[in-house]
Amino acid sequence: MSTISYFFSRLLQIIPTFLIVMVIIFLLVRALPGDPAIAMADAKATTEQLEQIRQRLGLDQPLWMQFGIFVKNVFTGNLGDSILMKAPVTQVILERLPASGFLTLYAVLFSLLIAGPLAFVAALNRNTWLDTSIRTAFQVGLSTPVFYIGLLLLTFLAAQLRWFPVGGYGTTFLEHMYHLLLPALTVALYTSAIIMRNLRSSVIEVVDAEYVQFARAKGLPERIILGRHVLRNALISTVTLLGLSIGNLMSGTLVTETVFAVPGVGRLMLDAIFARDYPLIQGLTLTFAVLVSIIFLLTDLIQAWLDPRLRVA
Amino acid sequence: MTQSNSALLSVKNLSTSFHVGGQKLRAVDEVSFDLAAGEVLGIVGESGSGKSITLRSIMGLARRYGEVTGEVMWQGENLVTKPEAQMRKIRGKDIAMIFQEPMSSLNPLLTVGVQIKENLVAHTELDKKARHLRAIELLDLVGIPDALRRLNDYPHQFSGGMRQRVMIAIALASSPKLLLADEPTTALDVTIQNQILKLILDLSHELGMSVILVTHDLGVAAQTCDRLAVMYGGKLVEKGSTRDVLRNPLHRYTMGLLQSVPENVEPRTPLFSLPGTPPSLMNLPKGCAFAPRCAHAVDACVETKPPLEGTQHQVACFNPTQPPVGAGGQS
Repeated sequence: MSTISYFFSRLLQIIPTFLIVMVIIFLLVRALPGDPAIAMADAKATTEQLEQIRQRLGLDQPLWMQFGIFVKNVFTGNLGDSILMKAPVTQVILERLPASGFLTLYAVLFSLLIAGPLAFVAALNRNTWLDTSIRTAFQVGLSTPVFYIGLLLLTFLAAQLRWFPVGGYGTTFLEHMYHLLLPALTVALYTSAIIMRNLRSSVIEVVDAEYVQFARAKGLPERIILGRHVLRNALISTVTLLGLSIGNLMSGTLVTETVFAVPGVGRLMLDAIFARDYPLIQGLTLTFAVLVSIIFLLTDLIQAWLDPRLRVA
Repeated sequence: MTQSNSALLSVKNLSTSFHVGGQKLRAVDEVSFDLAAGEVLGIVGESGSGKSITLRSIMGLARRYGEVTGEVMWQGENLVTKPEAQMRKIRGKDIAMIFQEPMSSLNPLLTVGVQIKENLVAHTELDKKARHLRAIELLDLVGIPDALRRLNDYPHQFSGGMRQRVMIAIALASSPKLLLADEPTTALDVTIQNQILKLILDLSHELGMSVILVTHDLGVAAQTCDRLAVMYGGKLVEKGSTRDVLRNPLHRYTMGLLQSVPENVEPRTPLFSLPGTPPSLMNLPKGCAFAPRCAHAVDACVETKPPLEGTQHQVACFNPTQPPVGAGGQS
């Protein structure tokens, strides 16, 4: 019961967040230097032609009117037309979103698969050579720029050995898995380093806790002590971190998508910024904001599921 | 000697050391005692005297962190050298333990029901339904009202005293023969303390279960224990029936402990406290650990550790308040 009311109260909290995000996005985009009308038109355009474009985009209206139109359009799913792609923003984004979503989830999965077991091994053998080697290896991953790792993988595994494609996304699920393996790995190397460090210290903290000692005093098998008592408690802070780092991960994919030529929203964002494509920038920022809100909601729900003390509406 | 054969548990020369920053720290030093079936033994001492580590060494929990030597004889077997996999079958089944902090000793993420039942899964053949019934029965037994509903509650939904009851219920799940209670009432209000102690005693009588109760509170020990062992600096310094030890303390340290319990005194009488502080385990004196704080120390006390002497009422002291009965020729 309390879990359900917690869910709804948490869901309601998203609405003000979303409104504030809309105001910020709207104002920020207007504050950017440069005139989109000039960007759209070619160099020989006359003042009248520019005026026409401004009218078409609603740029001649007062600011509050523009915001009203913006909000109305957002809720009707009409985010305007992309100047760059000459197509509706919603459509452009929806076309690109799956590749990025796939890449992000793929990277998260990799991060967890890499970081989880190694964090446990390091924590349970803390201050031994094993722990030190694992931590050193991740430290290298953490301090190397994402694009550099990406370029290394690309050069050796894709370009020279030709084990992997150098770009693209493919059409079937398996092709996606294959095409995005290197990009996902690139992103995961960084993310997993963060998760590994956090999970390792959580495990160390939890493993000597009184309730773990008590579980051991009950004569439980080690598998249950580690899985049920240690892992679950250690995961609480790691879930928060994972949720927060997915926000980071999206900016990570921005670089990675560019390096690996993945047709995702990250690269789209980069193109939109260079082209001063206001509607597209707005649409993308809004999309990111919604996605991040959803991820944070999920994070909170997972935490409430893990920790009964948080299930207070 | 007479008890050794009939003893349920016989601890001989139990020592536990930890390596801390290159130094060897001896938390439990050559501790020996016997425990008869159904008996309640109190181990009394200040914080850091090694009481808790003694219990954890008996349970085989201390050896993960340090080096345990000596003998813990249980049903003809030495638990100190018993492999972990076999130890696991004894822990929580024949020998159960409850901890000091009911707040932090229950897993906050699991319902009380799960935490009781996982003991039953590990040590009994009961099926799911039987485990459920047994869990309700256990909560009833330790005096938790509305047991059926409370099985699905989490630890944070219980008060401190109730959590200690839950912990006792978990410990009792597989009907242990010996309960090790590590300061079970220290974290609780005085009124709740008495309830919990009474509960432990009642259960011990009803179930014929032996108890080793570790406490720093002489009042608690006086109320509950058949025999007392006083611990100081990792060693047992005095051992005997509760009556003998409290009425007729032989060791100067026991004497000091008793004097620091205010009893029938006028209001605003200054409290007695033992001069000095307990020794650091990192830096124990060569002789008797209590010698630096003892007003009656003789030369021998500084040089050598006094052995535990006597038969029924034993003391480890070169200059006791009176000679122990049956000690080296003076009886």
